[in-house]
Amino acid sequence: MAKIDLFRRPMPKQTPKERIKNFSEVALGYTPQLAIEEAKRCLQCKKPLCIGGCPVEINIPGFIKAIAENNFPEAIRIIKEKNSLPAICGRVCPQEEQCEKVCVFVKKQAPVAIGRLERFAADWEADSKTESLKAESQNNSNNKKVGVVGAGPAGLTVASDLIQLGYPVTIFEALHEAGGVLIYGIPEFRLPKAIVKREVEYICKLGVKLFCNFVVGKTRTVDELLEEYGALFIGSGAGLPWFMNIPGENLNGIYSANEYLTRANLMKAYLFPEYDTPIKRGKSVAVIGGGNVAMDAARVALRLGADKVSIVYRRSRTEMPARLEEIENAEEEGIIFEYLTLPTRYIGDENNWVKEMECLRMELGEPDASGRRRPIPIKGSEFITPVEVVVVAIGQSPNPLIPQTTSGLEIGKNGNIIADEKTGKTTKKGIFAGGDVTRGGATVILAMGDARVAARSIDEYLKTGEW
Amino acid sequence: MYRILKREELVPNIHLLKLESSHIPLKASPGQFIIVRADEKGERIPLTLADWDADEGSLTTIFMTVGTSTQKLALLNSGDTIPTLVGPLGLPSQSENFGTVLLVGGCYGIASIFPLAQQLKKKGNRVIIIIEARSKNLIYWEERLKEVSERLVVVTRDGSYGYSGHVPDNLKKILEEEKVSRVVVNGCTFLMMITSETTRPVNIKTIVNLNPIMIDGTGMCGVCRVQVNGNTKFACVDGPEFDGHQVDWNVLLARRHTYIQEEINSLSFWECEKYG
Ligand SMILES: Cc1cc2nc3c(=O)[nH]c(=O)nc-3n(C[C@H](O)[C@H](O)[C@H](O)COP(=O)(O)OP(=O)(O)OC[C@H]3O[C@@H](n4cnc5c(N)ncnc54)[C@H](O)[C@@H]3O)c2cc1C
Ligand SMILES: Cc1cc2nc3c(=O)[nH]c(=O)nc-3n(C[C@H](O)[C@H](O)[C@H](O)COP(=O)(O)OP(=O)(O)OC[C@H]3O[C@@H](n4cnc5c(N)ncnc54)[C@H](O)[C@@H]3O)c2cc1C
Ligand code: SF4
Ligand code: SF4
Ligand code: FES
Repeated sequence: MAKIDLFRRPMPKQTPKERIKNFSEVALGYTPQLAIEEAKRCLQCKKPLCIGGCPVEINIPGFIKAIAENNFPEAIRIIKEKNSLPAICGRVCPQEEQCEKVCVFVKKQAPVAIGRLERFAADWEADSKTESLKAESQNNSNNKKVGVVGAGPAGLTVASDLIQLGYPVTIFEALHEAGGVLIYGIPEFRLPKAIVKREVEYICKLGVKLFCNFVVGKTRTVDELLEEYGALFIGSGAGLPWFMNIPGENLNGIYSANEYLTRANLMKAYLFPEYDTPIKRGKSVAVIGGGNVAMDAARVALRLGADKVSIVYRRSRTEMPARLEEIENAEEEGIIFEYLTLPTRYIGDENNWVKEMECLRMELGEPDASGRRRPIPIKGSEFITPVEVVVVAIGQSPNPLIPQTTSGLEIGKNGNIIADEKTGKTTKKGIFAGGDVTRGGATVILAMGDARVAARSIDEYLKTGEW
Repeated sequence: MYRILKREELVPNIHLLKLESSHIPLKASPGQFIIVRADEKGERIPLTLADWDADEGSLTTIFMTVGTSTQKLALLNSGDTIPTLVGPLGLPSQSENFGTVLLVGGCYGIASIFPLAQQLKKKGNRVIIIIEARSKNLIYWEERLKEVSERLVVVTRDGSYGYSGHVPDNLKKILEEEKVSRVVVNGCTFLMMITSETTRPVNIKTIVNLNPIMIDGTGMCGVCRVQVNGNTKFACVDGPEFDGHQVDWNVLLARRHTYIQEEINSLSFWECEKYG
């Protein structure tokens, strides 16, 4: 390798001024030339630490070398050995916490842009329409059917892995479109829906049967499905929105992030009235919380025409759980950050619409169980600010519907289904689980990693019958 | 895609919609609802199940045209398809032998109390039904309801048929004549509210089938939250049936009006597109 290059090639993006007026993707992707330049920075370490940072252990130096050598088909082939959704992960993985965090260049603040290169290879493949079906389905003698609950990243990955091992696979999805959070939560400008649709279509082409509009626990219970399927994988995510239970939270104009984002993304309310589902276009919007979900909601509000969008977070910037890149994007776009602030009640007008919120200022105390410094209210610091729309994005947990309607599943204290990390096995024979339903809100790649593990042990279970 | 077997205007602005479904009828219970979308750009709207037939693989719902989605549905005919049909959602109505049960239905609720009446009767209850409409020409399913009740009372606001006035006026009289142990109301929010207010002083358990705005119907978005006995509940999964004496009607009525302005815009936009 030639001399060390510490210039991490920036991602071309729409300018903030331009992008806050549209829902098109913000990051435009590397050109082939930028990709090759960036790829050439990789040192091809003998002991590549980056691989250990990726939950699905992509051969990172391998695919980067192929890009550096202008061999894009080889690059995507190597990625897909381990990751069936690279166009998605390249866009939404928190790389700075995973693969890029451990790249040798991180000390020099210039880790190789692994995520951007992964995205480049995946987009190149899609653009060149070279995608080939690797439908070399292995024969499997017992032909036991596998059922998958939920078509999020976890469910899609399990389905894709098992169909390639020769099992007939059926996915049951509650909503009218597959993709999970990728379709209803993460906005178009961060992850174009066409990409998610393409991946779903690919999996269907492999032979996976997909039933949308099918709510497991209502349309059929897990127990009923188990009579028909040899094994079931539950990947139903963490879709139950939390509220703060403070006065006035049921006023009009107060949304959960799930509702706000579902209207905007899944139901396409940003195209109202061409699409029928409405959304309130408030001039001043407050988003409560500091994670990716809060960033997404705030940036959606801006694009819906708000003049003032603030993120109200009870700790400081250092403790914010959102991805750094998204915080920076939000800052560039002019979103106001109200740190160390906690809403305590909402005040409505005569028609029950929220018009003001009361907040308290906080200060940071000792670290709590999460290792982050605990916010402590400052006495007497209450203040009232006007607001037209509030989006509550303080977290979510697994939906209780499946636990309530299934016998013999052990459930953790946050409503998560208990599953063995190494096998994905739940406490009920024949039932596996992974992704957000076992972890609470986590990440796309961790959900996919869980799914991969579960697929392997489902295969083993169906072959041996041993639990 | 889900096929429409029949769509018929029963009385002005109230339509019957019969849909093909092999799996929903197998699990359906009285009090539950489905969610449909009329077309690919459509909103997800909840409709209560009014009947179903597992052998035929069909289900029936009755809807009133109020805005864009229901207007779109009203233009569909047998053989057409809709892209979304999901259910059965919500918790089933409680049904056991309560003694004498009084069912009250208005607008679409005239139909949605039918399966409950049928089931309560089977369980040995004395079933009394009151249905209410503005005028005689808006009453439907009278014969069907007679078959599943001991006594059917029709109330029209203009007095053109049956008793005249509102449900509460006539309800009081019936409650004096009969020993009612439970009242169940389906239909518009106002009817559910005034009926609950009528039974509150005489302390008769009154169950209402609430109809807040919904999206997913599975507990994922929280738009359907209602305040019951001071607690926030998600109507799609914790209900839609609740104790009418514990519901905060002001919150429900206000939340249902969240998108009034947008609904008007949506309808006029669609009418322009459709009719030029
Ligand atoms: C707004 C937002 C932004 C995010 N941003 C990022 C990001 O930038 N990077 C990142 O890595 N992660 C991000 N995450 C987290 C990430 O999206 C999740 O960790 C991931 O989607 C979990 O995948 P999953 O397959 O376990 O569940 P989900 O994606 O939640 O999918 C579950 C699916 O199951 C379906 N389902 C639920 N119940 C039933 C039922 N009873 N019957 C049938 N189907 C059912 C649901 O409709 C859904 O489609 C974000 C999350 C949100 C909400
Ligand atoms: C559990 C439940 C069961 C229902 N059952 C029936 C039924 O059997 N027959 C029937 O005619 N109606 C029923 N409704 C009401 C029906 O869903 C609404 O009338 C319908 O959504 C209106 O859509 P629209 O686009 O035609 O009108 P819009 O112009 O959107 O709205 C007109 C009115 O309907 C209400 N509404 C709007 N969107 C929704 C929504 N997504 N969910 C609920 N209400 C909404 C609004 O408060 C408004 O006042 C039910 C509602 C619920 C929640
Ligand atoms: S999948 Fe995610 S963690 Fe793994 S290499 Fe790609 S961007 Fe990094
Ligand atoms: S650690 Fe960084 S430099 Fe080394 S192989 Fe991985 S990406 Fe390349
Ligand atoms: S309709 Fe979304 S939670 Fe009830």
